[in-house]
Amino acid sequence: MTDQTTQPSVTSPARASKGGMFGLSSKDTTLLLVVFAMVVLAPFILNPFPEGSGLAQFNAGYPDLMQRFVIFGIFAIGFNILFGLTGYLSFGHAAFLGVGSYAAMWSMKLFTLNVIPGILFAVIVAGLFAAAVGFISLRRSGIYFSILTLAFAQMSYALAYSVLTPLTGGETGLQIKNTDNPILSNIPEGEIGRANLFGAQMGNSYEMAVGNWLFTFNLGYYIAAAFMLVAFYLSIRIFRSPFGMMLRAVKSNQQRMNYTGLTPKTYTLYAFIISGMYAGLAGGLMVAMDTQVGPERMFWTASGEVVIMTILGGAGTLIGPVLGAGSIKYMENILSKINKDVLHQWFAFLPDGLEDAVVVFADIFVGKQWHFTLGIVFMLVVIFLPGGLVEGAQRITARFSRKKSSNNTPAE
Amino acid sequence: MDQIIVQILNGLDKGSAYALIALGLTLIFGTLGVVNFAHGALFMMGAFCAVVLSRILNLSHEVTVPGETDFLGNPATKDVPYVYDWFGEAAGASIIDWAVPLAILFSIPIMVALGFAMERGLIKHFYKRPHADQILVTFGLAIVLGEVIKYYFGANPIQTPAPEALSGRVDFGVWLGYGPNAIVYPMWRLVYFFFSAAIIAGVFAFLQFTTFGMVVRAGMADRETVGLLGIDIDKRFTFMFGLAAAVAGLAGVMYAPIVSPAYTMGMDWLVLSFVVVVVGGMGSLPGAVLAGFMLGIIESFASLPAVVDLLPGINQIIIYLVAIAILLTRPRGLMGRKGVMED
Repeated sequence: MTDQTTQPSVTSPARASKGGMFGLSSKDTTLLLVVFAMVVLAPFILNPFPEGSGLAQFNAGYPDLMQRFVIFGIFAIGFNILFGLTGYLSFGHAAFLGVGSYAAMWSMKLFTLNVIPGILFAVIVAGLFAAAVGFISLRRSGIYFSILTLAFAQMSYALAYSVLTPLTGGETGLQIKNTDNPILSNIPEGEIGRANLFGAQMGNSYEMAVGNWLFTFNLGYYIAAAFMLVAFYLSIRIFRSPFGMMLRAVKSNQQRMNYTGLTPKTYTLYAFIISGMYAGLAGGLMVAMDTQVGPERMFWTASGEVVIMTILGGAGTLIGPVLGAGSIKYMENILSKINKDVLHQWFAFLPDGLEDAVVVFADIFVGKQWHFTLGIVFMLVVIFLPGGLVEGAQRITARFSRKKSSNNTPAE
Repeated sequence: MDQIIVQILNGLDKGSAYALIALGLTLIFGTLGVVNFAHGALFMMGAFCAVVLSRILNLSHEVTVPGETDFLGNPATKDVPYVYDWFGEAAGASIIDWAVPLAILFSIPIMVALGFAMERGLIKHFYKRPHADQILVTFGLAIVLGEVIKYYFGANPIQTPAPEALSGRVDFGVWLGYGPNAIVYPMWRLVYFFFSAAIIAGVFAFLQFTTFGMVVRAGMADRETVGLLGIDIDKRFTFMFGLAAAVAGLAGVMYAPIVSPAYTMGMDWLVLSFVVVVVGGMGSLPGAVLAGFMLGIIESFASLPAVVDLLPGINQIIIYLVAIAILLTRPRGLMGRKGVMED
């Protein structure tokens, strides 16, 4: 193959050290820096419309939603390490998120309200749980693997809901109560402790008003964002490492791996554990941001959600899962707020009869029916864009720059 | 002993729903090689066929009641269903009462049409795609179908009662020689069991004793050879998809009186029926039926108070435990064929 040099994205580890920073190739460094800038400036980027204007409801720059963007971004990045690289479709990843949440919760209830130990504890516990589940589930592949992971997740859900109530709070879940007194935090008698980072509370925000715009900088968001950037950086390193090549080999040809004297199962198990730890990190962060957890976090539809996020953004690509998680959470929060009144406002310029017809039609896609839109979009992506949004973006760029059309790099 | 018989009945009842859904799933997988995550949604559509029919039958118009006035002194009105006008009051009332069984006839053409539309419109394009893509696109379809139902019928379960003659309880123990009232069981659940047994028998007879069924079985075993013999196997497989959709729909229609239909029921049943299919062995029709009944019975035995006292929570997870145990010890499920889904 003489044209190998024209495929910069198939990066060997040796080449990766050239050009960029942090041990990344220059292309990956750019990607990381772009993501870094986007995440840091998110309060600006996500709030493009002034307060009080008709479009203000499209603003996503409020702390709660921004936190969800990065947390689910972490969840999807981790899922992508398993599914995107090895092709093993786990339908039970929410279990690890839930276990991580419970672990972080208990760390906060018993030891300290500082979020860092809680999050680390969540990662460790979720990793151990993933090791156990992965060890058993990876004995099978294909749909059998999917069903096994699904079975484990559903079992965790059912147990958390019923028998493990002393540990999980059952249906009501766990919250921090005024009776909780973590041994390392001094909480005045009868007061409810709050999650903090060395004393600074997660809810702390700095609000900046510029003209009609209001930007909110939230401590919790930036902590979650820092974790997400680290997670993203690690995933780039995994993608470019020899280990990442092994995981791709698991996807493309396990038999050949076996003949070469490598054990695909070991590599897949490591990938499974890593992605379980990512899920645990996401779960721990969720508890850090909002100190409560319930079993529904482990229900299989939650596992399905992360699958949808990853595919929608582009499985096997670096940035895809983050995009997918972001767009789904955006749809969930913004589309679901639109109701008939809002639609009538928008289409008020149309003649009356037409306006009603348009509103009735558009109403199918928004408000409580936002899942309908999600389902349609997801189906369209699976049918026409198997590479997800990333592939869509690549096709568009390819169309606009025909000159480079010989450079058919695979989605990365 | 009577406890045990009740649990067996419960198990058969639950198992027959599992078996029907799993049978449809396996028909689709065995013929077309497609993993259909929208099958639970078809079950739900069936249940809503019953809801729709009972609403259609209840369509009514207002008439004034001669000689009576309401509390304001205006002539009193009452709603009279159109079926009363057409068939007379007594016959009309019993037609409305029998809405669910009538929905069987109503649902078959709808479900077959839906199955055809799904196969021709969507699934056809996914034969050559990986199983993961098939799972994902049908999963998306399941979300869409669920949301459509939610849009038109709301999020709350809709009660759909069984006909009065079949909604009582049977003194089942008397039939077995026990004293009266030893084993009392809801009549409709027995009806459901016999109904699904009949459907299962019908599907197997169709495959076993008709030429069409023989060709389909041959196609399941070796699609290429059948194609080489000059038979348009695709057309027959499309028909089988319609049949599988109808089976799922019928399972849903008859289940409507047992659990009030809601848009979530598709997803709820999907997971369990997939577990059933995998336990039975992908692509094995007898396996699906066997696993359905087996898991149903095991689940209801695990719900016995004595068992739950011994192992709390076991009734919630037993199906998954059995599934894990079977998948690890018998990799192809109970009756799976070699070489199916092993990539």
